[in-house]
Amino acid sequence: MASADDTSSKASDRRHLAVVTPAPKELRDEPSEQPASGGEQQPKFSARELNAWFGAQHVLENITLDIASDEVTAIIGPSGCGKSTFIRCLNRMHELEPDARVSGEVLFDGETIYAPTVDPTLLRRRIGMVFQRANPFPAMSIRDNVLAGRRLTGRLRRGEADEIVETALREAALWSEVDYRLGHSSAGLSGGQQQRLCIARALAMQPEVLLMDEPCAALDPVATARLEDLIHSLKGNYTIVIVTHNMQQAARVSSQTAFFLDGALVEYQETDRLFTSPEDPRTEDYLTGKFG
Amino acid sequence: MSARDPSRSIRGRTPARIGDRIFVAVCAIAAALPLVALVYLVLQLLIAAAPRIGWSFIVGQPALDAHGSGILPALAGSVTLVALTALIALPVGLAAGIYLAEYAHATRLTRWTERNIAHLAAVPSVVYGLVGLVVFVRTIGFGRSLLAGAATLALTVLPKMVITTRDAMRRVPRALRQASYALGATRWRTIRHVVLPMAMPTIIERAALSVARAIGEASPLLVVGALGYGVAETRGAVSGSSSDSFTALPVQVWAWLTAPDQRYVANAAAGMIVLLVLMLLVSALGVYLRRRMTRAHEG
Repeated sequence: MASADDTSSKASDRRHLAVVTPAPKELRDEPSEQPASGGEQQPKFSARELNAWFGAQHVLENITLDIASDEVTAIIGPSGCGKSTFIRCLNRMHELEPDARVSGEVLFDGETIYAPTVDPTLLRRRIGMVFQRANPFPAMSIRDNVLAGRRLTGRLRRGEADEIVETALREAALWSEVDYRLGHSSAGLSGGQQQRLCIARALAMQPEVLLMDEPCAALDPVATARLEDLIHSLKGNYTIVIVTHNMQQAARVSSQTAFFLDGALVEYQETDRLFTSPEDPRTEDYLTGKFG
Repeated sequence: MSARDPSRSIRGRTPARIGDRIFVAVCAIAAALPLVALVYLVLQLLIAAAPRIGWSFIVGQPALDAHGSGILPALAGSVTLVALTALIALPVGLAAGIYLAEYAHATRLTRWTERNIAHLAAVPSVVYGLVGLVVFVRTIGFGRSLLAGAATLALTVLPKMVITTRDAMRRVPRALRQASYALGATRWRTIRHVVLPMAMPTIIERAALSVARAIGEASPLLVVGALGYGVAETRGAVSGSSSDSFTALPVQVWAWLTAPDQRYVANAAAGMIVLLVLMLLVSALGVYLRRRMTRAHEG
């Protein structure tokens, strides 16, 4: 089961979410908050007894797991196992659904995100999200899509736009494909390019985390491979949590893998170990294709 | 080739059934009927208006002499009504539509309200005229003014405007709202910068259509006290002087039509042509604005 040895909430340099609007302008510009290396790093997320419901439907049951900072964690499991709901609980997107409910706790850098003093919009500015189907804003140009988050949160200063656009697009490995048509509509891009544009849009917010909800579900194998390369180049700088029902993908990109089944966490291991010597027979059955 | 069942050949032609043909014919006739009726009406109007229609009619002042009579005050009144009606109805309709689409909880009260707004769209416009007379002319004290007329017309288009706004906002894909929320945008920013811009072209086009139809209405304006020149003179029964009143195209047309003098009929027909052209221009403006807004998205 999940390792939960380090729940220390005393990291001296953690930043506070417990600020209700208006957003402090300099939220992102405080000194870097890497915990002092040497000892155990504080996990980026710690879920404790997390439960989630849609109306009467209990979709997540007592999930307790830690997500390591600056690594790629994969969540696998059959459709409807609650893996998407789980990552939506990490940035408080789950509660936007009608009749959605959550209990238990999620710590982000040691700070509980479900406290009444936490403003979910401030939390989400530090946690980027990429969806199953690329969802660039169709009414905006490529450039405006990258800047959308900054504009929507009122954090675009004069003169910095060009740099933000180029940096984010380069980081998302899209720059060379679009640099000559930044003013064009995003609708002219291929599915894979649109998905990378959405990643660039998330990166422009300078998040610490990227949540990816089956980002390759609508992509062909070539575009999928490019996206996986991108994930490799991003890891180390960002904490990445990727939901996928593609087991090979989880094996390729992640260092930790969690296997969910029917809303419960069955096994959480280093990816190599989970795929080579799973401890739970249900994990083995799933990996060998007996169900799912 | 191996032996095949000849009855399963794919060659040949299935004869069209007589029933199919009759059905297609009936549908085609039904589709043509409104078009024929429209062409016939416009032709009749043009023939009737032929002696009067022209530049001097459009820029002329009304007069007791039918042949020297022009329609400028009524045209100016209608153009002002278009602008004022849109100015009043659009913000209110937008606000109500946004509230219903984005903020109202799905309670029984909300459903009841939405149902009744839909019913209001079907209320005869003369009823709105009475409301306008009581509320705008008398209670608020706009008097028999253009403002009272525009406020009354705004009432008639408001239900449609609210429902159009609500529906256009609801049609904006959920994935785009999610993208906005995931970036850390607040609800209002999401509505203002993501949902509304996508819904706006549709809202503007439909609003123009509603206003275009509303300015063709004579009855609500008559109730709130618009006057057609010629009525006051011939009947002399309207209380107050005509100076605190206003006029508009449908009212002027109605006045000429009901005038005892047959020579005014050509004026009425010419007035209708002017009204039709104005309505057409207003809805064309809506289409133009929608196209421009959509193209801006692609630029």
